Amino acid sequence: MSFIKKSPWILHYDGSSCNGCDIEVLACLTPLYDVERFGVINTGNPKHADILLITGSVNEQNIPVVKQLYEQMADPKVVVAVGICANSGGIFAECYNVVGGVDKVIPVDVYVPGCAARPEAIIDGVVQGIGVLEEKRARAKKKIPAKQQNGV
Amino acid sequence: MMKLLLVVGIILLAPLLGGLLTGIDRVVTARLQGRQGPPLLQPFYDVLKLISKETTEVNSMHRFFVYVSLIFVIFTTVLLLSGGDVLLAIFALTLGSVFFVLGGYASNSPYSTIGSERELLQIMAYEPMVLLACFGLYYVDRSFFVKDIIASPYPAVIFLPGVFIGFTYILTFKLRKSPFDLSMSHHGHQEIVKGITTEYSGRDLAVIEVTHWYETVIVLALTYIFFANANPFSHVLAVFACLVIFFLEIIIDNTFARVKWQQALTSAWVVTAVLSTVNLFILSYFR
Ligand code: SF4
Repeated sequence: MSFIKKSPWILHYDGSSCNGCDIEVLACLTPLYDVERFGVINTGNPKHADILLITGSVNEQNIPVVKQLYEQMADPKVVVAVGICANSGGIFAECYNVVGGVDKVIPVDVYVPGCAARPEAIIDGVVQGIGVLEEKRARAKKKIPAKQQNGV
Repeated sequence: MMKLLLVVGIILLAPLLGGLLTGIDRVVTARLQGRQGPPLLQPFYDVLKLISKETTEVNSMHRFFVYVSLIFVIFTTVLLLSGGDVLLAIFALTLGSVFFVLGGYASNSPYSTIGSERELLQIMAYEPMVLLACFGLYYVDRSFFVKDIIASPYPAVIFLPGVFIGFTYILTFKLRKSPFDLSMSHHGHQEIVKGITTEYSGRDLAVIEVTHWYETVIVLALTYIFFANANPFSHVLAVFACLVIFFLEIIIDNTFARVKWQQALTSAWVVTAVLSTVNLFILSYFR
């Protein structure tokens, strides 16, 4: 029995989001959606987290930050890109300082579309992320190397 | 043989009880906030998950302290629940907390260093009261042994109401509840992230969590001692009192904002000085 499915702890990082998606992420914690029902905790600490929720695109300034957060997380870990900005750069894609989606910097496992992504969609993305998490854990146990993703 | 069985039983059952209480705590907290909350067994899921995760090692001492702390806390639990010496138990518990603080310092991370400093402040705030509670119990029953205290004709709380209230006050520190959760709160997203535990992950974090379960059982056992006496019915009352105190702590946690350390320290000391010393003075007058 795997317990990682029952207790996914989340780290939320705001890349260069317009804060629309962030508010939706926080809405998931409120009484209406209450993701703690699924054991989700918003940790605010990469060393405790299993799932990295990134909102907004990545810009030149925060590339090292995103990379470091990802590296500090303990395996198995999953990245969920929330909102169209985090998926591809969205409306900020053309900005001079924007690199693009999160997958330009770290491997992304689940893409949650929407501008802003709805809380239901975010919860759905996290639940899919839990599936990937379980897969990664099983693979790590059998010592099979993770498949190369997005050429990163 | 019976003794060994008892010790093994305590070591295995205490964390189960502590975890269950933590689960109840989380569900009640969620309900108080108008949410549905996690399943009752969520704390167990969390710990079992943490065990299966990778453990990042900052340095070797960093991990070592957590395990030493756990050993001392287990020792305290066994001592208290098997009717041993309260004073020795308290000292072992303090040693456990000190090792935990050292673990925080060992990582060299600014968050856990500040967490450790605050934890030391908290120890300073609650330790006098814990010691005075021990002395009060001795004063009433002329014995530091739990088995003697709970075999006396009257419950200790009759003689020590002030000490008991003071003790309830500092329980908030021990259970790491708001308004006195300065060093490491149950909730993330604070100015010092997760305080002492910030740099721990995987198995080590699971050990810290289990240590806290034992600690929960210890503080409730100390509450229990105040109520239990020779009358068998009093044990039922004692369990009820423990539950009331635990529920009260959850409500306090949810209704109060965190205070500054100055307030935490001075209020704990004022409560200790006024309630327990007055109580002990009056007691000495009548005896
Ligand atoms: S996807 Fe839309 S709401 Fe979300 S950060 Fe981008 S612009 Fe804002």
